[in-house]
Amino acid sequence: MNRAAGIFAFAALVTLPLWVGNAYYVNIAAQILLYSIFALGLNVLVGYGGLVSLGHAGLFGIAAYAGALAINTGGNHFVAIASALAATIVAAAAFAMLALRGTGLGFVMITVALGQIVWGVAYRWISITNGDNGISIRTRPSPFGLSLATANGFYWATLVVFLVAVAVIAILAASPFGASLRGTRDQPRRMTALGYNIWLIRFLAFLFSGLWSGVAGMLFLYYNQFISPQAVALSASAEALLMVIAGGTGTLLGPIVGATLVVIMKNVASAYIERWNFVLGAIFVAIVVLMPEGMVPGSVRLARWCGTRLRLRTAPAHSATAPHPEGGG
Amino acid sequence: MNLWLLLAGNSIAFGGLLFLLSAGFALIFGLMRIPNLTHGSLFMLGAYFAVSLIAMGLGFWPAALIAAFGVAAFGGLVERLLLRRLPGNELAQVLVTLGLSFMIADVCLMTWGGDPISIETPPGLRGASHIAGFGFPTYRLGVIVVAVLCATALWGVLEQTRLGAMIRAGVDDPQIARVVGIRVSRLFTIVFSLGAGLAGFAGVIGGPILSVYPGLDQDMLPLALVVVILGGSGSLIGSFIGSFAVGLLYNFGQALFPELAYVVLFLPMLVVLVLRPQGLFGRAAP
Repeated sequence: MNRAAGIFAFAALVTLPLWVGNAYYVNIAAQILLYSIFALGLNVLVGYGGLVSLGHAGLFGIAAYAGALAINTGGNHFVAIASALAATIVAAAAFAMLALRGTGLGFVMITVALGQIVWGVAYRWISITNGDNGISIRTRPSPFGLSLATANGFYWATLVVFLVAVAVIAILAASPFGASLRGTRDQPRRMTALGYNIWLIRFLAFLFSGLWSGVAGMLFLYYNQFISPQAVALSASAEALLMVIAGGTGTLLGPIVGATLVVIMKNVASAYIERWNFVLGAIFVAIVVLMPEGMVPGSVRLARWCGTRLRLRTAPAHSATAPHPEGGG
Repeated sequence: MNLWLLLAGNSIAFGGLLFLLSAGFALIFGLMRIPNLTHGSLFMLGAYFAVSLIAMGLGFWPAALIAAFGVAAFGGLVERLLLRRLPGNELAQVLVTLGLSFMIADVCLMTWGGDPISIETPPGLRGASHIAGFGFPTYRLGVIVVAVLCATALWGVLEQTRLGAMIRAGVDDPQIARVVGIRVSRLFTIVFSLGAGLAGFAGVIGGPILSVYPGLDQDMLPLALVVVILGGSGSLIGSFIGSFAVGLLYNFGQALFPELAYVVLFLPMLVVLVLRPQGLFGRAAP
C-alpha cells in the first residue's frame, strides 16, 4: 500500500507542470524540491547523527559562489558543477574536522561561527564575491538537450536530482552505515566499545550531508541565476534547520514536508507581509513552546500521528495500524 | 609607527567592548549550558534603547545604565518565561534563542528603521588625549577603563562574594550545588539577566564607535562565539584574554586585509580547536 502511495506521489510529481499549468506555481514547486534536497541532506546529520548544524547555509553558499565564479570566468556548466561540488566537499571536510572537536553544544557553536565566517567572507571580500550586490550568471545549462531556461524544464531537472537524493539517502539510512550513524547518536559509548570509529562515522556523515547542501546550493544558483550573502546568512541555516525539525527529524518524509511548509509559508508570508524573519522566529518559539516534551519526541509523535491518519485515509484496510478497519475510514 | 600604536589602542578598546559582550555569554553558557544566540541581539537592543533615551533628552551615561537595566529585565523575562520551561533540552534552547534573535532584529528594524544611527560621544570624552606624545581618542581610553572596571567588579563578585561562590559552584557541578542547598534555578535568572545587561551596556558603550544598524547583532554574535571558543566557556579570565585576542586580530585583520577580517578570526579558532578543544581556560568536558 505504501508502494501505491509512492507511485501515486511519483506520478503526481512528474506530471506536476502539466496539471498546475501556471509557471509561478511550477517555480514554487521547483523551490520546494530544491530546499527538500537541502533539508534531506541536513537531516542526515541532525536526524540520524544527532548533530545539530547551524552552518550548512555556509556550505550551500560556497557551492553557489564557486559555481558562479567558475561560470563567470568562462568555465562551462560541467566544470562549474564539478568545481562547486569539489569546493563544497573540501569546505565540508574542514567544517567537520573543526566542528567535531566540540561535542553537543560546542558543535552547534562552532558551526554557527563557521557559517558566519563564510557569510563575512561573502559580504566583505568584494573583489571576489562582489559583496552585498552578489553575483549573477547569465545562463542555465541545457543537459541532454533539455533547456532549463523554462520553468517546466528547470522543474523536471530539479525533480531528477531530488529523486536521486531521496533514493541515495533512503539507501544510506537503511544501510549498515546508516545504522551505525544512528548508533553514534543514541549510544556513542557503546559504539566505541563495539569497536566503531565514531569520529569517522560522524565525519563521513558530515561530508555526505554537506555534499547535498552543495547540490542544493548549485540548484539555487541556477534557479535564481544569482547568489548574494543573503543566502549564506545565519537565518538561511536556521530556515533549513526549521525544515528538518518542523517535518520530523530522522525520517525521510519529514524534511520534505518541512521544506514544503517553509517554502509555501515564506512565499505566502512575503506576499502579504514584509516580516518573514519575524514569522520565522515566532514559528521557532511556538514549535518549542507547543512541544514542551522536546523537539524530537514531539515531532516524531506528531509525524506518527499524521502518518497513521494518512495511512488510514489511503488504506483503510491496513491491519497493523487499524485494528478495526471498518471504523478506521 | 604612530599608526600601529593607534591601531593597537583601538584593538584594546574593541577588546574591552568584546569582553563586556562575551563575559555574559561565557557565564550563561558555563552555568546554564545555553548557547545564547540572542546575545548579539541584546547588544543591539541596548544600543537602540540608548538611542531612544538620548533622543528623549537623557545624558549618555544615565541612558547607558537605564538601557542596560532594560535589557537585563528583558533577559530575565526571557529566562523566566521561555528558557525555564526547557531545562536540559539543548536543541530547544538553541531554537528559542535563535527564534528570538530573528524577532528582535525585525522589531528593531520596524521601530528604529534601516539607517545606521550613531550615538554621540559623551561630552567629557571627545577629542584626543596625549599620552607620552601620542594622540589617542579619549573615548576609546574611556571604553578601556570601563571594561577594566567591569572586569574587576565581575571578578570581585565571582571570587569574593557568596553569590559568586554559588555561581562558581553551579558552573562546576550543578547537581551537587543543588544538593547542598543552592537554588541553582534562581542563579540562572540572575546570571542570565546579568549577562543580558552587560551585553546591552556594551551595545551602548560601543555605539559611539560602531554606531547602531540592522545587522549589528549578526556582526557581534560570531565575535562573542569566537571569544568563548577561544577562551573556554564559564571562565571569566578566558573571556577576558579571548576578547583582547579577538579585538587585536579583528582590528589588525581589518587594517591589513580589509576584505578578509573574518578569515583572520578563523585562524586562531582553528589552532585552539585543534590543540585545546575546550578553550584556553576551559575545563575538559566531563
